[in-house]
Amino acid sequence: MAGSDKPLPWLTFGFAGVTVLLVLSAFTDLRPLLPELLRGLKVTVLITLGAALLAVLLGLTAAVAKLYAPRPIRWLSVLYVEVFRGTSALVQLFWLFFVLPLFGLTLSAYTVGIVALGLNIGAYGAEVIRGAILSVPRGQWEAAGALNMSRMTALRRIILPQAFPAMIPPWGNLFIELLKATALVSLITLDDLSFKAQQLNQSTLRTMEVFSLTLLFYLGLAFIITAGMRWLERRVGRSHSRRGRSL
Amino acid sequence: MNGLRWDWEYTWEILPVLGQASIITVKATLWSFLLAALLGLLFALLRLSHIRPLSLIVAGVIECIRSTPLLIQIFFLYYVGPELGLNLSAIHAGILALGVHYGCYCAEVYRAGLESIPRGQWEAAHALNLSPLITIRDVILPQAIPPVVPALGNYLVALFKETPLLSAIAVVELMQMAKILGSETFQYTEPMTLVGLFFLFFSLVSSVLIRCLERWFKTRHRGGH
Repeated sequence: MAGSDKPLPWLTFGFAGVTVLLVLSAFTDLRPLLPELLRGLKVTVLITLGAALLAVLLGLTAAVAKLYAPRPIRWLSVLYVEVFRGTSALVQLFWLFFVLPLFGLTLSAYTVGIVALGLNIGAYGAEVIRGAILSVPRGQWEAAGALNMSRMTALRRIILPQAFPAMIPPWGNLFIELLKATALVSLITLDDLSFKAQQLNQSTLRTMEVFSLTLLFYLGLAFIITAGMRWLERRVGRSHSRRGRSL
Repeated sequence: MNGLRWDWEYTWEILPVLGQASIITVKATLWSFLLAALLGLLFALLRLSHIRPLSLIVAGVIECIRSTPLLIQIFFLYYVGPELGLNLSAIHAGILALGVHYGCYCAEVYRAGLESIPRGQWEAAHALNLSPLITIRDVILPQAIPPVVPALGNYLVALFKETPLLSAIAVVELMQMAKILGSETFQYTEPMTLVGLFFLFFSLVSSVLIRCLERWFKTRHRGGH
């Protein structure tokens, strides 16, 4: 969806960034706002990375379980995917933050943020991975079976590597969704970029500058994710064609 | 704190209050979706227009809005709006932010629908001396919209699931009500779980409805040919 026009992110990011910065710095000095926002940016990046890692692991596990595991485990993974796709990310975050302590499980806000977002995006990712696995021709399974490979080996060495290129663009979109969802952790008192923005807004009353800079930071992070996924896409594409030639 | 116990009496007590709040949630969802559906169409048409700078600017704005968090956009409208002369109540700021954000997603959906119309249709309309506006209204849109309705339906569900964000600017919808109830009694388990169940129920029902709609469109299309 997002990957249809190639030059667009560069153009957009450059255009938006330069305009906003020019307009803002023409009127005021932005430097006093930066240190706090950068501290928040660090938290946002850490949460994004942690949740992304968790989401990929969970998505892979849930997808494989939904496709190949015995019945009860399959149901469990269907339940996981439907519940986490069906409810709101904010509700999940609040539920984990406020309700888990009553079960005697007190997690730090950091952990709750990473776990909740990882679970949420992982549920969407599971469907992405499932679709990619199913897009590998059935003959590949049969050939692997004919070579006496176990199902696990076939999945790991034959199916997943071929499914991988199809997963990259939708995962790119999911990582952007994840980045946007990290703004929610500010509502459970984590001092991420959004939290710092609200705090600075209250302490400096420089509403316009604070929120514009914040949006710009998120835009920058989204741009890095998009560029990274494009790079990965190209690399995977190239390694595939190289392998094709050497055969 | 009463640990693992689930208090049924408390549950029955708060159920009507949450039901009341859910009306706001549903209202906000429907109004913002209406806005998103209309804005999306406008964005898509501008995006596909032949005036190159206009289409590039719209594309850039869509890309920017799609890649920044809705929460910050809501704050931006609510707090920065007054500085720009745009005084909105919390609920209106929320509806506007949700509508614009999802309008950008809907624009991409419409674009796919519009691009799937063969060029010949435009040429034929031109040959019949139809004005561009009439061409779009009477020839292109009736063919482009029906196939993308299911995709728009998905965004309705996604939008619905983002409405709890309005609680961040103190709109008393479902989530805010649950937070208020929780802070009054220090019992968050029941209200939070009920809110989760409400969302799950609504999402499941609407995904079934969307699937029905999809099937209906498929059979209708097949019948037509």
